[in-house]
Parts: sequence; structure tokens; C-alpha cells
Amino acid sequence: MWITRTEFVDIAHKGIWKQNTSLVQILGLCPLLAVTTNLVNGVMLSLATLLVMSLSNLAVSSLRHFIPYEIRIPVFILIAAALVTVVDLAMNAYLHGLYVVLGIFIPLIITNCIVLARIEAFAAKNRPAPAMMDGAMMGVGMLWTLALIGALRELIGGGTLFSGIDLVIPGAQALQLLPADYPGLLMAVLPPGAFIILGCIIASKNWIDARSAARQLTQAAPVSAGGCH
Amino acid sequence: MSTPAEKHALRVSGETSLTLVAFIVFFTALLAWVYLFSQPVIEQSTRNEKLVVLNQILPANLYNNDPLADSLTLPPEPQLGTKTASTVYRARNNGKDSALVMDVIAPDGYSGPIKLLVAFSANGQVLGVRAVEHKETPGLGDYIDPRKDKNKTSPWIDQFNNVPLSLSNKDWHVKKDGGDFDAYAGATVTPRAVVKAVHRAQEFVMDNRKVLFTRSTTQNSANP
Repeated sequence: MWITRTEFVDIAHKGIWKQNTSLVQILGLCPLLAVTTNLVNGVMLSLATLLVMSLSNLAVSSLRHFIPYEIRIPVFILIAAALVTVVDLAMNAYLHGLYVVLGIFIPLIITNCIVLARIEAFAAKNRPAPAMMDGAMMGVGMLWTLALIGALRELIGGGTLFSGIDLVIPGAQALQLLPADYPGLLMAVLPPGAFIILGCIIASKNWIDARSAARQLTQAAPVSAGGCH
Repeated sequence: MSTPAEKHALRVSGETSLTLVAFIVFFTALLAWVYLFSQPVIEQSTRNEKLVVLNQILPANLYNNDPLADSLTLPPEPQLGTKTASTVYRARNNGKDSALVMDVIAPDGYSGPIKLLVAFSANGQVLGVRAVEHKETPGLGDYIDPRKDKNKTSPWIDQFNNVPLSLSNKDWHVKKDGGDFDAYAGATVTPRAVVKAVHRAQEFVMDNRKVLFTRSTTQNSANP
């Protein structure tokens, strides 16, 4: 009824690495470009998305026998939108400073096609526990990617890390990693910087994958022709 | 006469729509419940947020009333740059008029209007300014927000703290235009817009401060 170890490992590997939402599926680019100007924003938006995806996958999976196939899409959207609104209201109430910063991107989580994609592709066909785990792990995949992009943009753009942390943990201070007179590179903070950094991360991921694939090939029997990936 | 297939279709669509209605009712109820539950907290945090900004530009020793309660709604006013109704908060010390805090909009920012909150003393002196909402270029024009300003010890916006009343019309410009106000190199459109907007608003306050202080809150809300 719950979740087996192999299932868990498989779901985690797919969510965090193999089918990473931002690096492989390239879904949800709008919040990725707009919000990841620093580490804290990227992490907090990912956490909100992670929460929405876990809850919506859990809800859809639990209700999957009651949802008629013909109207599944409107029901999925209804469930996910309701949960996004709940997260939106809760953040507005309890993390108001951050809510002001992330602003329109919290309600816009519903337009992130990854939410509906995971509901349709996974939650509607699987038991609640693996479904919730799938939502969470897809969220973790998005989390580390957005955190990395946010950290790089913040560091290159302004020489700091964790700026805006005081909105989450009152009294905490941002780290000034580069010298205070670092002029900053504006382009890293603007959307083109996000595209370039995202491109570099995708390239690194593909390089790592290609290298491990090549290593497996040399260990196993050599084959005459390789696939594209 | 309807065929069995038509009857079946009718029954299926009836059942499907009922299911959809049931889902809608349930999730709407969920939303209503969360809304009722979170609304007081949201109002409180919005209020706190306003108070935080208010305290940055309004010296606490100037007033002992609740400016957020003693407010006045103004119709759109070209001199303040407001296109919709705006709010004036009135600070009083033991009933004596001491300061006005009002919304001012600089319409000519680099990327759209800049929303400011400006505090004026009872004699029309500018006490302080904060940028509440803007879309200025990050890292370039956004230093009007002291949280984004690299100079943490004396942020750019602090130039508006207690601006002397003696400043002439000519002085109310950025230094590049022959005035008194600094601007960082590379971004002058933004500070120019802010200085201009604050100056216009000050002239408005000079002309209207008696009315702004005396008009009663209740009378105003009944007859805007």
C-alpha cells in the first residue's frame, strides 16, 4: 500500500536528475527567469511549488477513482488551483515580506505546466504515496536547479549570497562573498544572464551523463553505434 | 422516442456534470474556509508592513496617535501624480498637527511609474521618502530602495530626510541639472523622476496643508 524501496529510488532519481523539470523537461521557464535573481527567491518559489505539487499529486491520486475520465482535466486544474490559492493565502498571511517579493509568481504556479503534467502523467495512474513522492521529488529537482541558478546569478551579479534572507529568518544577514567594491555584473541579474547560466548548467548535466554513459560502455561489451542519448 | 444509446448518453453526461459540481462545491468550500481563517492575519501583516515603512520616514517622537486610523482619502490629484484615489495618514501629537504621510507617484520613472510614500511636517518640510513600488532596473536604478542601495551607511534616499524649507525651485533638481540632489552615475532618469515628484508633492502640501489636517475622516468617507 505504501511505497517500496525500489519505487522510491526510481522516483527520486527521475525527479532529481533524469527528468529534472528545469534541465531536461525545460518546463516552468517563466518563474525560473523572473524569480531566480537571488538564492533565497529561487529556493522559496521552489518550496512553494514543491508543496503544491506534493499536495496536488496526493489529492488527485487519492480521488482518482472518483474522477470521470472525460472531465479529468477540469477537475485536475480545479484541485491544483485550489491548492495554489491555499498556499498563496498562507504565504500572504505568514511570510508576508517574501510574499511581496515573489508577488505574482505564487498564483502563477498553477500555470507552470509541470504541475498538471505530473498529475496527468503520474498521479492519475498511481497510488497516493508514490504520487506524493513524485510531486515532492520533482519539486526537489526544481529546488536544487533554481537554487544553483539563483546563487550563481546573485554571486556574479552582486557578489553576495543569501540576500533577502531576513524576509524568511528575521535578523539573518546576507553574506558578502566578493569584495564590497565588486562592481557587479548587471547582465547576470537580468533575464539574459538566467538563460546563459541555465544553458551552462544543462550543458554540464549532459556532459556528466555522457561521461557516465561512456564509462558504462567501456565496461560493458562495446557496441558498434550509440544512440543519441 | 429516444433510443437506448441517447438515454445512456444523457445519464452519463448528467452523472459527469454532477461529479464536477460536487468537486467545485467541495474545493470552493475549502477555499472559503482558508480565506476566513487567514484574512485577519493578512490584514494584520499588511498593517504591520505599512507601519514599518511609516516608522522609517516619520520620527516616532513626532506623534502619539494612530496615523493608520486617522487617514483621509484623496481623489486623483495631478500634482501628486495619482491616477486613482490615494490615502493621506495624519500624525498628531496630543491632538496637535505634526505630520502628513501620503502616497506620491513619480510618473516618469525609467520603467513606468514609481510609487513613493512621503512624510511632510506640519509646516510642509519633507521629513523622509521611501519607494514603495517600482520597476526600475535591478542593480542600476533600484538604489532608490535603500534595501537595494549598495551604500548602506547613508543610502541615496536619505537625502530626503529633513530637507530644509529654504531650498529654492532651482535646488530641487539632481546635481547634473544644477540642483542639490546627488545621483549615482549611470542612472539619472530614476532619481530625476523621484526628486521632481517629491518637489511637486511638497508644493501641493504647502497649498493645501490646512485642509488636509482639518478635514475629518468620517465626513470624508461619507462624501469623498
